Amino acid sequence: MMNTVKKTRSSYLMIEMILLLVGLLFLVPFYFLLVNSVKGFGDILTNAAGWPEAFVWHNYAQAWQKTHFLTSFGNSLLITVMSNLLLALLCAMAAYRMVRRDTWFNRVLYGTFVAAMVIPFQSLMIPLVKVVSTLGVMDTRTGLILCYLGFGAPITVFLLHGFVKTVPFSIEEAGRVDGSGTFGIFFRLILPLMQPIIVTVIILNTLWIWNDYLMPSLILQSPNNRTIPIATYAFFGQFTKQWDLALPALVLGIAPVVIFFLAMQKYIIEGIAQGSVKG
Amino acid sequence: MHQKRVLNRLTGFIFVGPAAIFFFLIVAIPFLLGLYYSFTSWNGISRHAEGIGLRNYIHIFTKDPDFIHSFWFTAKFTLLGVILTNIVGFILAYLLTRPLRTRNFMRTVFFMPHVIGGLLLGFIWQFIFVKGFSSIGGPFFGLPWLGTASTSFWAIVIVFVWQNSGYLMVIYISSLNAIPKSLIEAAQVDGASRGQVLRRVIVPMVMPGITVCLFLAISWSFKLFDLNLSLTKGGPFKATESVALNIYNEAFNISRFGMGSAKAIIFFLVVALISILQVRATKSREVEA
Repeated sequence: MMNTVKKTRSSYLMIEMILLLVGLLFLVPFYFLLVNSVKGFGDILTNAAGWPEAFVWHNYAQAWQKTHFLTSFGNSLLITVMSNLLLALLCAMAAYRMVRRDTWFNRVLYGTFVAAMVIPFQSLMIPLVKVVSTLGVMDTRTGLILCYLGFGAPITVFLLHGFVKTVPFSIEEAGRVDGSGTFGIFFRLILPLMQPIIVTVIILNTLWIWNDYLMPSLILQSPNNRTIPIATYAFFGQFTKQWDLALPALVLGIAPVVIFFLAMQKYIIEGIAQGSVKG
Repeated sequence: MHQKRVLNRLTGFIFVGPAAIFFFLIVAIPFLLGLYYSFTSWNGISRHAEGIGLRNYIHIFTKDPDFIHSFWFTAKFTLLGVILTNIVGFILAYLLTRPLRTRNFMRTVFFMPHVIGGLLLGFIWQFIFVKGFSSIGGPFFGLPWLGTASTSFWAIVIVFVWQNSGYLMVIYISSLNAIPKSLIEAAQVDGASRGQVLRRVIVPMVMPGITVCLFLAISWSFKLFDLNLSLTKGGPFKATESVALNIYNEAFNISRFGMGSAKAIIFFLVVALISILQVRATKSREVEA
């Protein structure tokens, strides 16, 4: 007995060591990025793997200024937050109604949403540009938010729909007895119950919208409207191979989402496990 | 009675209407328009789109080797990407479901690459392949990573696996944790070896997780775009151009919107077909606890 316990202990230690090594390997790209972002240009070219000769913090000041970081950060934040709140609210309302009222219209609509989940964005991006300009919202953040609402609706409704089905009907009956109307029941009783799945949906949509490049690149053109990925792409086009500017710009670009992840990782990892089991 | 019905309709519209309208404007209408444009020679600017029947489709299959090549590239990439991310993700999950002290920390490390978008990751890795690897040197790191067709292909595969295995790991961890302990213990009491437990008990029990992970990995890799654009831009000489990137270039670089739409429809059909086949194949292999 004693022996097997010892044996499993040492085998856990082995696994731990192996995982630690693999983990370090996973972190190597971040090492390259961070260490070179504070080197002078010549230092990067001759000594990319090593420690900096001198720390050139000035790189960051320059990258901050040249990428107009605050502008693109603000745009990314505004677009991600607004799209998320509206998507969650509108899709929760739709999913709730579709579960509770089994009309032919709701059934067809739900079927269409499920089928539309397989449509890749590339299959509708070409005419989308035309539709968005016909609507008169080309090159506006509103236009982009509109696109996220439309393109995000199917998967969001699908995830919420699955959850609402598990909410017992008795809750609404209790609400009716108390004299609440349809809106009162939804906002006071059902929506609070949906909180766990709404957190999941917001996490999944945040990772998608915050990091998306293609859709904003088609809708937004003026520099004032750029999100972080488009600003980074534009910056790279302008300063190709000028790594002492590009690398700090990349660090700035990934910093918000990495900080968000580290702060919220418990919810993010749980949310993803939750959301995918449903899928 | 009549009034109540009107009110009911109105409430229904308030609840379902907004989501439905946005969906129709942004997904349904563009999709149908795209289908229509695929039979025209529209250039994106002129108001009139001339109908040319099936000519775009015929051209794509007979006179567009780049597109066919992009399909081959994407198929090969998907095959490798899906297998490798799932194997790495599963192994990490299998090891991390043991009572290790560093468990939570390691989970964070492996997941982290996924929260960064493909576009920025591509640029970061461009630096690593071009400057970082060459500064290490040697037979492996000294290769011209983004310079030749085959090494560029592997470069994208490496970054893809690094980016996405952590996400699949999270799903595998939750499916592994959902297996009742008694089931594994019963198998061990019956004298099953560790390998037998893995193959006969664990793998069948995580089949729903495998369905989800295969689905996700196929969908990510087949629609590869951001990472492709920023890491290799499809180069060298279009050797690593994915289907999504090919469609993008067709429409927005050479302004052949009609042709681009036809490619987009073909792309959609293939994606839809793969999704249906794959979900069917794996669902039939799931077992109940």
